[in-house]
Amino acid sequence: MIVCETTDEAVAGVDDGATVLIGGFGMAGMPVALIDALIRQGATDLTVVSNNAGNGDTGLAALLAAGRVRKMVCSFPRQSDSWVFDGLYREGRIELEVVPQGNLAERMRAAGAGIGAFFCPTGVGTPLAEGKEEREIDGRRYVLEYPIKGDLALIGAHRADLAGNLVYRKTARNFGPVMATAASTVVAQVREVVEVGAIDPEVVVTPGIYVDRVVAA
Amino acid sequence: MRLSKDELAALVARDIPDGSFVNLGIGQPTTVADHLRPGSGVVLHTENGMLGMGPAAVGDQVDPDLTNAGKIPVTELPGASYFHHADSFAMMRGGHLDVCVLGAFQVSTKGDLANWHTGAPDAIPAVGGAMDLAIGAKQVFVMMTLFAKDGSPKLVPACTYPLTGVGCVDRVYTDLATFDLGPDGPIVAETFGISHADLAARLDVPLRRN
Repeated sequence: MIVCETTDEAVAGVDDGATVLIGGFGMAGMPVALIDALIRQGATDLTVVSNNAGNGDTGLAALLAAGRVRKMVCSFPRQSDSWVFDGLYREGRIELEVVPQGNLAERMRAAGAGIGAFFCPTGVGTPLAEGKEEREIDGRRYVLEYPIKGDLALIGAHRADLAGNLVYRKTARNFGPVMATAASTVVAQVREVVEVGAIDPEVVVTPGIYVDRVVAA
Repeated sequence: MRLSKDELAALVARDIPDGSFVNLGIGQPTTVADHLRPGSGVVLHTENGMLGMGPAAVGDQVDPDLTNAGKIPVTELPGASYFHHADSFAMMRGGHLDVCVLGAFQVSTKGDLANWHTGAPDAIPAVGGAMDLAIGAKQVFVMMTLFAKDGSPKLVPACTYPLTGVGCVDRVYTDLATFDLGPDGPIVAETFGISHADLAARLDVPLRRN
């Protein structure tokens, strides 16, 4: 685990074509400083996995506007302030995979937990289950869903210690703990970094084993 | 008299048993919270990771780290808890929530729900948690107007909009009547300002009386 001095250091080494998991639900838990650094870093042709497809003109919306994203995997791209994504999508300049929100979370959880695939009742009989393997188990229909694994996860947390243990704050927790398990390199933007021992082990939400880099921003 | 939006929300709130764990969908269903009886012990779940959600935040209560599923700033009540997204949806999918209240474009007499996509070719598809909510809770209530703006019924023999879930709706609350759905078709539970005969004439579905 490395404590980075700058957000640029925290996102160094991202390859073109990488799959990037980006935390946050709307702006709560959105690691905006890390996304800004990723824009400066320059990686392109990215697949981005995030609940939404950007709000306003900053953060993920700015990454989209910079033309760095080939494909968006999300549950809810259409919002009142998602004009950047809307424009790209209507011009055919970005691919979209819409995933039910719980499946988005569970597919990343599966990736982080070493699960090869899972049968899920969500979406059975709907357009989002078309073409997927289906099975009846104990009289209920399920569809087969595969894990989503990231090369990089960018998450926002409240506080980290020097061992990489993370705590979150209120509903800003959202996708952070799941994404932290599901990517090869995990970078956390936090409000403060504290000494080892300063976070009660009983309240750690993301154990440091999952976290590669933290930066206060 | 046809029910106002407020009266409809109050009606749904009346039917939520004390002590239930409940998810209220974005939009109209959110207003059900305003009609829950104080002391009912109903605990509100928001799928972005919280149980024990309180009313919308005002003034200096607003905290960017604390929002509901509609991304509106909210408050926390004593006894609240926070959890991550996978846990939040496991809680839902695993059948731990008692009631979910959703809006709808259409509901079929077999309880199929369409509420996420109009199917219009230029519409950007966005599902959010709708499909997870539709199949997760022990009981799914829909609240909607019975007729669309163009006068077409929204309780239909089969949905023409893309489905959100199959056979998942238990009760439908509308401005003109409430319906219990089941394998034998809809049962009219209550009517508001319309006779059973008029209701049957305006809907393209067989109706049974309570």
